Amino acid sequence: MTTSLETARHPETLKRVCIEPVTRVEGHGKVTLLLDEDNHIKQARLHIVEFRGFEKFIQGRPYWELPVLVQRLCGICPVSHHLAAAKATDQLVGVDSLTPTAEKVRRLMHYGQTLQSHALHFFHLSSPDLLFGFDDAVRHRNIVGVIQDHPQIATQGVLLRKYGQEVIRVTAGKRIHGTGAIPGGVNKAVSPEERDYLLKDIGQMIQWAQEAVGLMRRIFLDNADYHQQFGRVDANTLGLIRPDGAFELYHGGLRARAPDGATIFDYIDYRDYERHLREEVKSWSYMKFPFIAELGPELGWYRVGPLARVNNCDRFDTPLAEAERQRFVAAGEGRPQQAALAFHWARLVELLYCAEAIETLLHDPDIGGTELQVHGDMRPKGIGVVEAPRGTLFHHYEIDGDGLVTRANLIVSTTNNNQAMNASIRQVASQYLSGRELTEPLLNQIEVAIRAYDPCLSCATHAVGKMPLELSLVDTAGEVLDRLTQTPRGEVRR
Amino acid sequence: MGGLQAQAPTLGPLRPVLVFACGNPSRGDDALGPALLERLAARQAEGRFVDCDLLTDFQLQVEHALDLIGRREVIFVDAAASGPEPCAFTPVVPEPALTYTTHAMSPGGVLRVLAQIHPDPPPPAWLLAIRGYAFDLGQPLSPGALANLDAALTMLETHLA
Repeated sequence: MTTSLETARHPETLKRVCIEPVTRVEGHGKVTLLLDEDNHIKQARLHIVEFRGFEKFIQGRPYWELPVLVQRLCGICPVSHHLAAAKATDQLVGVDSLTPTAEKVRRLMHYGQTLQSHALHFFHLSSPDLLFGFDDAVRHRNIVGVIQDHPQIATQGVLLRKYGQEVIRVTAGKRIHGTGAIPGGVNKAVSPEERDYLLKDIGQMIQWAQEAVGLMRRIFLDNADYHQQFGRVDANTLGLIRPDGAFELYHGGLRARAPDGATIFDYIDYRDYERHLREEVKSWSYMKFPFIAELGPELGWYRVGPLARVNNCDRFDTPLAEAERQRFVAAGEGRPQQAALAFHWARLVELLYCAEAIETLLHDPDIGGTELQVHGDMRPKGIGVVEAPRGTLFHHYEIDGDGLVTRANLIVSTTNNNQAMNASIRQVASQYLSGRELTEPLLNQIEVAIRAYDPCLSCATHAVGKMPLELSLVDTAGEVLDRLTQTPRGEVRR
Repeated sequence: MGGLQAQAPTLGPLRPVLVFACGNPSRGDDALGPALLERLAARQAEGRFVDCDLLTDFQLQVEHALDLIGRREVIFVDAAASGPEPCAFTPVVPEPALTYTTHAMSPGGVLRVLAQIHPDPPPPAWLLAIRGYAFDLGQPLSPGALANLDAALTMLETHLA
């Protein structure tokens, strides 16, 4: 594993390369590369320069508001927060097991969310890099470029996104701010009309998802040596798993594996996460650094999300995704895949799984059942965990006798991937940065590595007029040696 | 799903004007768009502007291109972190270069996607950008943003009348 992210004995003497903020990821992120006197990279830091205050936002609110309230944390994956909070509030109201209808409707919602999120990432965010190469002109390397050169792919991406949103609308009741999951269950089932509406197009969605995986696999394997090495870091992996080791997104135990695939722990109850995971704070970022307790902060950092999940599981329970998983595993030649760009491949295997799983659920009569909610005795603590599109998402709440939240702890997917992203940035920058001049291809190489993780840095604020991109090189005396600015329109200026 | 018919030309009368507001209601002045839409919905409850469709989301995304198909006109409403006070009302055209800065898209980027995936010409479109000042989680609209919201609503009502 790469453990030498901060090797400099005297960081104050290092030069700094800053990228602020990162394009095509959320919010105000900034990359700092600290150089030594020989222009070798000694440190890589992906900064979060905004304090988001999630926990403060939640404290003092009544527990029954949580599944709706937390959707406002993130405009990218509100359903993931909705379901993680719902699972935590299930425990607060003393419910350990939902009715079959409630669990399957929640799963349907979750698969719809993951499908639309993964479709956005591949067709909108990463496919320009993969289809055109990293050195393609910035103004061409975006979704418009994809549409011009591959009109069918772009249209399929839009319609896959729309289909996922329709699954969410049907199960959550609304396009946004849905209220489908409530403490102890759901507030609506899927009507026969809604089921038939979604069934009408699911065959097409599965076909497009299958074609997308095939395209990604060919792109990756056609230049396998390059793709295997770009941003590659050996990392531990963490994710939910079913009791039999099968792939899981909604509910299961936590499995962690070492970079060589050896099991660190398996199927532990996520309500005990504080025994197995710790969070380290560093002075230069508002984002915490979680690690596996028994390994410590130096060796215990880990990767979550599609690459971790597909590496971690023993099988998929849908045939097409399982066939693609086996091809994915074969490319690893006996070891877990560790390349940053393998994220894209794993993400599309999951996209295919979600499409298949949606079809299975739509044929399950339980989604139209009438037993929607169960009740229990109140408890003071509830912990909910789901596999969000970007990785494992923890929601932990404690309440007082009036049902008001006294403590909240959220570990979001991007936080779980924090150290792994830094490691990939460092690997890429070490390989491609040389001398004292910044270049647009270098800037984009770093962005490509970050985008592979699909981070979501600052949730949902997007007002018009933000998001310039700046890359600057500063020497140890604070003098700017070089600077590149990328405008929101994609123009790069020196 | 209507989306799968998205590539067919629109037949018959155009769909109503769409007012599409973006923003997160819990992120301070980022709530300006949804807040304006709420006020417009209240006007509709009084019987005014009933031939408009109202839609809101946290952010613009590629699939929103499908909501624009066959519209008589589209008006995007969004908070602005900089620019004129109290608001600016400017035409939107398909952007030759996408503002691909986040998971979200610009109004011009969505129009461009529509133009690429559908044979109809994109509808006339406008951006009503309302100046905001503070975007912190859990905060209400700032006093300055509230004043700008009033002015923006007046401007929009004049346009729709």
